[in-house]
Amino acid sequence: MKFASEFRDPVAARALLSAIARMADRIGASRDRPVHIMEICGGHTHSIFRYGLDKLIHDGIEFIHGPGCPVCVLPMARVDECVEIAERPGVIFTTFGDAMRVPGHRKSLMQAKSAGADIRMVYSPLDALELARRNPGREVVFFGLGFETTTPSTALSIQQAAREGLTNFSVFCNHITVPEPIRALLDDADMTLDGFIGPGHVSMVIGVHPYDFIARDYGKPLVVAGFEPTDLLQSVLMVLTQIAEGRAAIENQYARVVPEHGNPVSLAAIADVYERRPSFEWRGLGEIDASGLRIRAKYAAFDAEEKFGIGYAASSRNVPEIEGCCCGAVMTGKMKPPQCPQFGTGCSPEMPLGALMVSSEGACAAYWQYSGIRAAE
Amino acid sequence: MCLGIPGRIVAITHADRLMAMAEVSGVRREVNVAPVAGNDLEALVGQWALIHVGFAMALIDEEEAAKTLQALQDLGEAQETLEQMASSAEALA
Ligand code: SF4
Repeated sequence: MKFASEFRDPVAARALLSAIARMADRIGASRDRPVHIMEICGGHTHSIFRYGLDKLIHDGIEFIHGPGCPVCVLPMARVDECVEIAERPGVIFTTFGDAMRVPGHRKSLMQAKSAGADIRMVYSPLDALELARRNPGREVVFFGLGFETTTPSTALSIQQAAREGLTNFSVFCNHITVPEPIRALLDDADMTLDGFIGPGHVSMVIGVHPYDFIARDYGKPLVVAGFEPTDLLQSVLMVLTQIAEGRAAIENQYARVVPEHGNPVSLAAIADVYERRPSFEWRGLGEIDASGLRIRAKYAAFDAEEKFGIGYAASSRNVPEIEGCCCGAVMTGKMKPPQCPQFGTGCSPEMPLGALMVSSEGACAAYWQYSGIRAAE
Repeated sequence: MCLGIPGRIVAITHADRLMAMAEVSGVRREVNVAPVAGNDLEALVGQWALIHVGFAMALIDEEEAAKTLQALQDLGEAQETLEQMASSAEALA
């Protein structure tokens, strides 16, 4: 890694890396007895690999790559349901491009599109709304996917559709939330997690308090972090400092963007449009209580599950994932990507077998993308 | 897909729908400003915002915008977002 050219601020990065090393030594972290820090967000995972932070950082710090990539945790059954809706006559199915290549049992959305279904990649649910306005004779369905950062966009779009009285627009809601899977991981006896780096852009919406239980009930630190490499390093240092001082608190490294209480307009839109499902299935993690959202009855006219009778409530559960795929073990930090027998052979970004290979935020894809750089080190 | 991209709000387009024109890395794109609107829409013109899937999610200062954009470019996320905006234009055509 050409340190100076890789980092925009090499001086700051170097200073942070040595401060981390001192703190790691102080708490006795070593290669054999590492401190496990989970970066929850896929964007952070991507950053860590892009800059090789896991290599540059003190030996005693081990990054565990968390479940914060919405594409990666999307179970195959949800993809199957998307394809089923998209294949209905008269439907224009709209989705973020990231979801196109996630494998389903029969086909991915990309394959369904090649086979003739009218599936369109859009940047925003606003574009799906516009398609509905322009095509009154067609049913326009938007695939609502993502964490709290993305949830307000579909909530506000549904509110707008309701104001306009659009009757041919609906959202296939598969939104999920960040705090609940963290609780599930903390309850997993096999996991050893000493602290967390929280997703900055999620907290831009929800603030920092939804994580309070992590410090209060589990005694673990969490630091909400920005996306620059120095933000990440600073956050690791803040987690280590808490550990060294025997504290556990929820801290905000990204206060320049993240308000303590989040964004009130976005939160109000979410609360108005969505309610929690009793539980929701995550690829690799299974069913997690209260971790998914569905559209409230008052907006049923905009709910694709209601319109098409397809969706989480209607489907049979526990559809098995692909044989030989270790996504679950990688996602819970029990296995590193190259340890999966499919890595690079049966599974690559061109031909993904598991979802962690689909998005640049997936741990396997990130590992793969930067493996050349790594090998050259 | 969860990262916002900095853009500058250049004009209010539909006040009733809280829509504005934003400039993101030289590309113009209509965005919804509901999350940052406050009482005075016109006051948004000229400000930087973190834009995520077509919604201005938070106001940021110019320096933060520049740093964030750089980080996104390094990750290839900025290019990806601009491609998604382009594919949207195609989907609407
Ligand atoms: S290499 Fe492919 S199959 Fe194996 S864990 Fe990664 S994404 Fe899943």
